[in-house]
Amino acid sequence: MARMKFLCDADRCIECNACVTACKNEHEVPWGINRRRVVTINDGKPGERSVSMACMHCTDAPCAAVCPVNCFYTTADGVVLHSKDLCIGCGYCFYACPFGAPQYPKIGNFGSRGKMDKCTYCAGGPEADGSKEEYEKYGANRLAEGKLPLCAEMCSTKSLLAGDGEIIAQIYKERVMKRGYGSGAWGWKTAYRETIES
Amino acid sequence: MSSFARFIRLVVGACALLLLIMALPVPANAQQINPTASSVTERQLLQEMDRIQGRVSIPDQRSSVLMQPAGREWREFRNVALRWIGGVAILGMLAVLVIFYLMRGMVRLESGRSGRTIVRFNMFERFVHWMTASCFIILAISGLNITFGRPLLLPLIGFETFSEWSQWAKYAHNYLSFPFTIGVVLIFLMWIGGNIPNKVDVEWIKRGGGLIGHDHPPARRFNAGQKGIYWIVVIGGGLVAASGYVLMFPFYATGIEGMQMAQVVHAIVGVLFIAAMLAHIYIGTIGMEGAFEAMGSGEVDVNWAREHHSLWADEELARTGPNGSQRQPRHAATAAE
Repeated sequence: MARMKFLCDADRCIECNACVTACKNEHEVPWGINRRRVVTINDGKPGERSVSMACMHCTDAPCAAVCPVNCFYTTADGVVLHSKDLCIGCGYCFYACPFGAPQYPKIGNFGSRGKMDKCTYCAGGPEADGSKEEYEKYGANRLAEGKLPLCAEMCSTKSLLAGDGEIIAQIYKERVMKRGYGSGAWGWKTAYRETIES
Repeated sequence: MSSFARFIRLVVGACALLLLIMALPVPANAQQINPTASSVTERQLLQEMDRIQGRVSIPDQRSSVLMQPAGREWREFRNVALRWIGGVAILGMLAVLVIFYLMRGMVRLESGRSGRTIVRFNMFERFVHWMTASCFIILAISGLNITFGRPLLLPLIGFETFSEWSQWAKYAHNYLSFPFTIGVVLIFLMWIGGNIPNKVDVEWIKRGGGLIGHDHPPARRFNAGQKGIYWIVVIGGGLVAASGYVLMFPFYATGIEGMQMAQVVHAIVGVLFIAAMLAHIYIGTIGMEGAFEAMGSGEVDVNWAREHHSLWADEELARTGPNGSQRQPRHAATAAE
């Protein structure tokens, strides 16, 4: 089985936000929720870099570890998913997540959180693959159709890579070798406890 | 097929490496500009600060934090440290109380009941006490569920039931925080007068509060132990309320680090608060004869008042005379015996 990962080649990202838009459209993500975002560091200064970030589907995921109701599970592909039927919207995964991935629809009074929503790696949820219920709760299940996450698939500069960790790491390594530079695989150390030597 | 692809990749990689090495001695040629020379790097940013922040073009400005690995320490606290602190504090307190009860038993009224009573807590005071207390019990159970439910309760009742229960517990925890906070504020205001530490308390503490042996050190309306409970409720209650609202209204007051800190404060104060309240419940029920009536009917036996709050009893009896006026007939009956 593959170990699915995301890799954003910050030296290629042009901050077009197509990944963000594609994700919102593909999954009909509710208003106010962004499963993916592009963060620009040192905006307008020399050395500026943009990084597209979503759930990194961590190894030994912190969200899953701190969840009081144990609603997370990891698929055979290493994708971290959760059940919205079990989620109580406590916000603990959000405190634990290094990438700010969990999002909560604002429902009810006060700051009351609804069921958590996050990037599913286009792999849906616990419901039957491709079912209506799955789509309504989690969005499209492209992985079940043999397709990779749409954000990476339609990235115009192929900055955002999705797929088996070893393969995308290899692609990145080759790029770095070819062009002679690379600012590293952002978030890999935190998410997967490994970096890509470049 | 795949081994062939790997071979090709290896060759390509080797060629690229070769080209790179060849290019090195002649920097004037290709790649004289390294665009990453001045670029930001993850490692350097994380070393400078414990998080990486930038700018986002989507409306949610809070998502501009790209990375903050601090959640790992918080995870360690929540999953390991807190369970130890909570377990030791609560089970430790229970053990101490059980041992104390077995050794000392119920603190009896030494002079027996006089049958005459005086008012200790009026209706309003009792209402505030029980409002706060009932909220506290539900808040405590639903709070402990968040920390200990997953390892202890979930395996027993299964995912669906546990999730359903936790969902309701969360609602209860959020909503009951309001009457609880009001209760803590009212407790603070209505009993502050009797709870300022003074010289009588020093004597009381020196004599161990009469918990050991059969001593009855003098005390006013609240003895040093009760003053301790009062300040635990006021300060602890204030802390849990403040940190709780930080968590309940995400991002109104602080960012993620602030919420992690708030959760740490909320959880530690919470479990210590529960441990302290176990002792309070013990002494107010099975720990001491005649104590529950103070918050039950609001009237205590005169002998109880004399034994445990001698200075207050003297004052009160001098002011109003023994026994509330409505108890007159019963008093007459007992006196006639």
